[in-house]
Amino acid sequence: MPSNKSVSDAPITQFINCRILRDHQLQREDLWVRDGRILDPEKLFFDEQGYADKRVDCEGSIIAPGFIDVQINGGYGIDFSQASEDVVAGISFVAKKILEHGVTSFCPTLVTSPPAVYHKVPPTLEPRWEPLVLPQVKVHNGGAHGAGVLGFHLEGPFISLEKKGAHPEQFLRTFRSGGIEDVMEAYGSLDNVAMVTLAPELASSQSVVRELSKRGITVSLGHSVANLAQAEEAVKHGASFITHLFNAMLPFHHRDPGIVGLLTSDQVPAGRTVYYGMIADGIHTNPAALRIAHRAHPSGLVLVTDAITAMGLPPGRHTLGQQVIEIQGLNAYVAGTTTLCGSIATLDMCIRHFKQASGCSVEEALEAASLHPAQLLGISHKKGNLDYGSDADLVLLDDGLNVSATYISGDEVWRRGP
Amino acid sequence: MRLVILDEYDLASEWAAKYIRNRIIQFQPCAERYFTLGLPTGSTPYGCYQKLIEYYRSGDISFKYVKTFNMDEYVGLPRAHPESYHSYMWNNFFKHIDIDPANAHILDGNVEDLEAECQAYEQKIAEAGGIELFVGGIGPDGHIAFNEPGSSLVSRTRVKTLAKDTIVANARFFGNDLSKVPTMALTVGVGTVMDAKEVMILITGAHKAFALYKAIEEGVNHMWTVSAFQQHPRTIFVCDEDATLELRVKTVKYFKGNSNNICCHCFLLWTSRNCSQ
Repeated sequence: MPSNKSVSDAPITQFINCRILRDHQLQREDLWVRDGRILDPEKLFFDEQGYADKRVDCEGSIIAPGFIDVQINGGYGIDFSQASEDVVAGISFVAKKILEHGVTSFCPTLVTSPPAVYHKVPPTLEPRWEPLVLPQVKVHNGGAHGAGVLGFHLEGPFISLEKKGAHPEQFLRTFRSGGIEDVMEAYGSLDNVAMVTLAPELASSQSVVRELSKRGITVSLGHSVANLAQAEEAVKHGASFITHLFNAMLPFHHRDPGIVGLLTSDQVPAGRTVYYGMIADGIHTNPAALRIAHRAHPSGLVLVTDAITAMGLPPGRHTLGQQVIEIQGLNAYVAGTTTLCGSIATLDMCIRHFKQASGCSVEEALEAASLHPAQLLGISHKKGNLDYGSDADLVLLDDGLNVSATYISGDEVWRRGP
Repeated sequence: MRLVILDEYDLASEWAAKYIRNRIIQFQPCAERYFTLGLPTGSTPYGCYQKLIEYYRSGDISFKYVKTFNMDEYVGLPRAHPESYHSYMWNNFFKHIDIDPANAHILDGNVEDLEAECQAYEQKIAEAGGIELFVGGIGPDGHIAFNEPGSSLVSRTRVKTLAKDTIVANARFFGNDLSKVPTMALTVGVGTVMDAKEVMILITGAHKAFALYKAIEEGVNHMWTVSAFQQHPRTIFVCDEDATLELRVKTVKYFKGNSNNICCHCFLLWTSRNCSQ
């Protein structure tokens, strides 16, 4: 048939024999892609009288939007917080490997680190110049080279001493100068930063929450001993996320639910949602706690890996930030203690575990790793869903939610071997 | 006229779909000679479309050399609206088959000059060599397409204001909110459909029974526009038992008898010779 595509000459791909996640349901529909975006086939048919150039037979697979990991500290031997010779190469290496887990976009996470990791420090203050991490990695789209970087997640140093978890105590900070000035002093620049985790009970933190939110940076509450009132105050000023719910915060108490209480708080401003990250690896949170959170506030649940250097590596000792950790099975401890310091489960593992532990639907499990993180970061107009016009970042899965292929901008970037 | 009576909706849909399939196959359409098909929308032909999709999927039929002309479309309803006839045809038929988008014609109810659109449509039909087989339905008020009671029986494609009966019947597609139902539509005329070489009308359900009675047992009358086809040389009415409830027993027995004897025999012979089951 003669082609008559009046809008664009770019080739059109039609994914057939699939079930796509759209409008919160798995539907038996074909998925059309052109120019790296999801295409409306009805408009193509009537407006352009166009048709597909290439058909991809998905053999009954589920097609979900590419997964988005907003908390990942490294993996495969790479530690994002460890300033190294070639930071960009390290992040790129992990970005490429996580395509196998269906992750098409992520926020490389930096735990509390010395200033030199964030920005250049004059040689007179440091005995030797250390390469910086923060300014070298720009926000960029994914592709065959690896998952896209949405911006850094800076977890610390403005966190609580009592809830530091695996973060190095000597680099924790408070808002001494009154707020945003401390932030700029610590980080140097906020370009390429997508999210900041801080403890809202710290003095002057509210002005920081406001200022960061104004700049379009997602503010997350975590590693904190805040009570519910302090947490609600932060939400009013713009905070919209909770970093790994239950971990590194006060436990739920019936007279002061603390940060956990945000899940059902009536003080959240109208039209806004408080999202919360959960590490559903079966270790960081008891399945019963996972279910309680999910049932209390299903639309806010965001699955994160909080994966550390050792993710993808065999058992043994490895480095995280400025500390040494030890792997035992699926557990990662601060060496010599029983303090958990991060997870080594991959995001697709977390999705499967979440579905099994919570009994939720396939759609809910998939949305917790795609739609919800996209909504959290304010990018759901182009990521996290299969709506017309969204970026064609896709994961093909079997019924057990195992990843069989990953696509970014409509191009296949990974496929499981036979 | 042929009146083909099947026991129930699914069988009527299947019979109609098979008829369309067989006519296309027998015609042997090719690049130089397309098969032109007129098409309806609504709940009645839905089962027929499902069956045609099934035949396409099993390889019995291709729509590569078929040109389609839909009967009607609402005026002023956005094309992407789920209740537009464009949406209906895309979702229930076009997206499942191999028709060339350039050959699927539907009136556009959102253009500036509706008159010009109607005339252009008549022109397109003429350029395609006329309609080989026009499939249609019937409204509870006996209308064909949107040729409401009172429409000229020699009318052509034009803008029509919808009758109250039609708006009420359509309200169920607009959340039962009468104010949301479009009040005007572009429609092929009675004359336009009469020009087709063959016409097949699908009528199912007890609520259509009175209209069927008026259409075939009473006279030709512009209040029941489907009655015009009494004067067409090749018309088939395909219906289920329920749609015959207002007919005389004698009429029903006659046509059922016909189907069981001569016509059925010839038809079966012809179909077995021409296509796989």
